[in-house]
Amino acid sequence: MCGIVGLFLKDPSLEPKLGAMLTDMLITMTDRGPDSAGIAIYPGETSGKTKLVVQSDAPDEDFPGLDTAIGKAVGGKVAMQVKSTHAVLEIPAGTTAAARSALADISSRLRVMSRGESLEIYKEVGLPKDVAARFDLSQMSGSHGIGHTRMATESAVTTMGAHPFNTGDDQCLVHNGSLSNHNSLRRKLRREGIHIETENDTEVGAAYLTWQMQNGATLGEALQSSLDDLDGFFTFVVGTKDGFGVVRDPIACKPAVMAETDQYVAFGSEYRALVDLPGIEDARVWEPEPATVYFWSHDAAPTTEKAA
Amino acid sequence: MQTIDLTEVGLRETNATLHAQAENTNQTAWEIINPRGSHAIACGLDAPIEVTVKGSTGYYCGGMNQQATVNIHGSAGPGTGENMMSGKIIIEGDASQYLGATAHGGMIVVKGNASSRCGISMKGVNIVVQGNIGHMSAFMGQSGNLVVCGDAGDALGDSCYEARFFVRGSVKSLGADCEKKEMREEHLTLLQGLLDEAGIDADPKDFTRYGSARNLYNFDVDNAGAY
Repeated sequence: MCGIVGLFLKDPSLEPKLGAMLTDMLITMTDRGPDSAGIAIYPGETSGKTKLVVQSDAPDEDFPGLDTAIGKAVGGKVAMQVKSTHAVLEIPAGTTAAARSALADISSRLRVMSRGESLEIYKEVGLPKDVAARFDLSQMSGSHGIGHTRMATESAVTTMGAHPFNTGDDQCLVHNGSLSNHNSLRRKLRREGIHIETENDTEVGAAYLTWQMQNGATLGEALQSSLDDLDGFFTFVVGTKDGFGVVRDPIACKPAVMAETDQYVAFGSEYRALVDLPGIEDARVWEPEPATVYFWSHDAAPTTEKAA
Repeated sequence: MQTIDLTEVGLRETNATLHAQAENTNQTAWEIINPRGSHAIACGLDAPIEVTVKGSTGYYCGGMNQQATVNIHGSAGPGTGENMMSGKIIIEGDASQYLGATAHGGMIVVKGNASSRCGISMKGVNIVVQGNIGHMSAFMGQSGNLVVCGDAGDALGDSCYEARFFVRGSVKSLGADCEKKEMREEHLTLLQGLLDEAGIDADPKDFTRYGSARNLYNFDVDNAGAY
């Protein structure tokens, strides 16, 4: 069992409150997943820069001077903001690969949580309220974000096992369920050269989407083909730079509730997560259909694709 | 009318108060406000009282109910009315998955749509849905009646026993060993009674009856693929 929340704002006046709204939703889902929590938030683009969010279990040793060291390695100015065990590095666009290899050389404890122009992922082991407080999530603003509370079933309770998973630049995934063919799929994806770090089933789901998109699929197409290639139970919520998407497996036994008003589109594993949203009494509230890909984007009209 | 604010009183005390009502209680009308999607509201009741929940509920509202009437003025979460024995649950909005699972008796009315696995393993309950129902509904249904005024999703009545299904609209697909059946006079009478009890105005003649083809009751090696 896990809890998922998501919030996509249509009304820009709510953007300063996005972190606070998502944090409340996340904490409500604590009893679906008390062992770890995470949030992916899209605060906005940094022009000409890429954001790398890195994590270390020994931030006091690893973070001081990290900006200078990475700056030297990529040959440009790097800004750094440390938040507890995470540091947000702003590196010049196009230097992600160089920065990643420099990080690996500096300390084996440094792990990349996310990369992208807008996306920032924060996740740790612990109760959702403690994780949210550690990163001051409720103070964050942004256009959309997704969050996850984890009750581990398939692999260890670690930071790297927590969600959201980064699937590509500015893309992320959270999952409620369990994949049953993740071992064979992991072997296949590793043979294809996809980097998979842990024995976690969701990481394989995320890596699968990354692999599909590297081969030219759009995120919507990748989600559509996940319905054929992933075996098991899943409700996925994915984030992209300009929107978010939802897909449930054909059996759809993992719960999902959505609400839409003129101001927002919201996702919750349960209706409880949505009760404090403004105007929820008059919102359109429904359960997403099984085997159907839903998408909302700031740049395009909402789409729904029913699997054949 | 007794009013309980669930947010102030808490779930445990709310349900304990309702459980304390005896067979001959004078306090027969109860209202629960601020349900906020909480789990297990008005579960395990066993008295002829009427409870109205003003808002949407979470998992298992009205579960294990006996005798009581539970009105939900909102939508209902997963497993509403699970293992109900008698009494009535009326949902003004939609119902989530496995509505009335394993329920032995009483009636559940949904004014909106019901999601997947509606009436799974039903054992005598009557469920009347004004809208549509989702996939795998009445899976392994043993007894009772499922009435759907709209459409049914995939695999209706898969591996069912003697539960009856009446659908007015389309059925996306029938489950293993579920078949279309003749609507005889006795079924029209039965269905009229169920619609009347649910307070829904519909003509029994517009419905089609489905039920077990009884081919999976005993092991037959030729059916091995269907088990």
